[in-house]
Amino acid sequence: MKENVLVKDTLKGLWDENPVFRQLLGMCPTLAVTNAAIFGLSMGLATSFVLLCSSFIISIFRKVFLHEVRTASFVVIIATFVTIVDLFLKGNYPEISKALGPYIPLIVVNCLILARQEAFASKKPVLRAIADALGMGIGFTIALIMLGSIRELLGSGTVFGFRILSLIAKGGWFRPWGIMLLPAGAFLTLGTMIGIINILSEKNSKNRSVVEERRQH
Amino acid sequence: MSEFLLIFISAILVNNFVLKYFLGICPFIGVSDEVTASLNMGMAVTFVMTLTAPFVWLINTYILARFNLPFLEYVTDIIVIASLVQLVEMFIKKYSRGLYNTLGIYLPLITTNCAILFSALFLVLRNYNFIQSIIFGFGSGIGFTLAIVIMAGIREELEYADVPKPFKGAAITLLVAGLMALAFMGFAGMPSA
Repeated sequence: MKENVLVKDTLKGLWDENPVFRQLLGMCPTLAVTNAAIFGLSMGLATSFVLLCSSFIISIFRKVFLHEVRTASFVVIIATFVTIVDLFLKGNYPEISKALGPYIPLIVVNCLILARQEAFASKKPVLRAIADALGMGIGFTIALIMLGSIRELLGSGTVFGFRILSLIAKGGWFRPWGIMLLPAGAFLTLGTMIGIINILSEKNSKNRSVVEERRQH
Repeated sequence: MSEFLLIFISAILVNNFVLKYFLGICPFIGVSDEVTASLNMGMAVTFVMTLTAPFVWLINTYILARFNLPFLEYVTDIIVIASLVQLVEMFIKKYSRGLYNTLGIYLPLITTNCAILFSALFLVLRNYNFIQSIIFGFGSGIGFTLAIVIMAGIREELEYADVPKPFKGAAITLLVAGLMALAFMGFAGMPSA
């Protein structure tokens, strides 16, 4: 039974409450860094790490925080872990750190992280908080990779740096859509994806309700 | 003088915070369904941004740089922003009831508005001096207000449009933002700071 709850806490972040597509949380990094799949992956992992660590700490000390200053306390804890991630990336992956630039420190104010602390970690026991953070982190990372892959594929014909569509300049047929790499492309791609996901989940819930109706009869 | 003007104009149009750097997207989508509400939100952001810029500059120059503590930057920045927001909220609650009623509900949201933290980080990154920082903070706030108010105007009209149901709400807002970003790309040719 208990494991069941943990699995549920983890899985809900992947689709039903996906932070990007369903809850619209953490939009700034989602839009800003996804002009290539690899940046989406790095940003997703960095955010997941911070989310996991701060959920863990905040859940342990959840009874200590004063109600009035809890947001400030959460933010300071989050900022500490973000500093760790930032120094780690600067030391080990200087190229990625340079490309993501100021969006790494902006993880501090990523509303996804703060929202999970406020809604979940500060109220639930440690194991459930970790399960929730894990699910949300994975859901966020998957969304960023999807968005990054689509934009990279249409904008430069590659995914994770591997060439998929051959360019006209090199004797192929594909003319890259320059706009996909620009800010406007980010808004358009995400808007279209959210619309498509709404259509899909509507169909899903219709199917489900039809099945349930049949069961009842 | 022209240098200040350049920083100001480029913060508003060329490097618009919302449409170029994707900052403050959450309020941009969340609050932008009504012109007055988004104007108030924009004013609150501009106010806090103009105030944080000089404080962050002073702390960075006279404390962090002097004692060689740059790794504390994120923590101090966020503490400055959170405490300033708290202070402003208490101040206007006591002295201006009218202002509190218009800005009050937006102030707590501002602590986690990434535009504010970004402007704090940016002015350190760009090595702006004291006055330039204030102008940059103010200009960025105005740029945010401009984008969110235009968006609210469009969304008020969208109410009457026949948008396919799955695209209602966030999806159509993002698509409209995409078109706005395209339009703002026209400013990219202007000289910028």
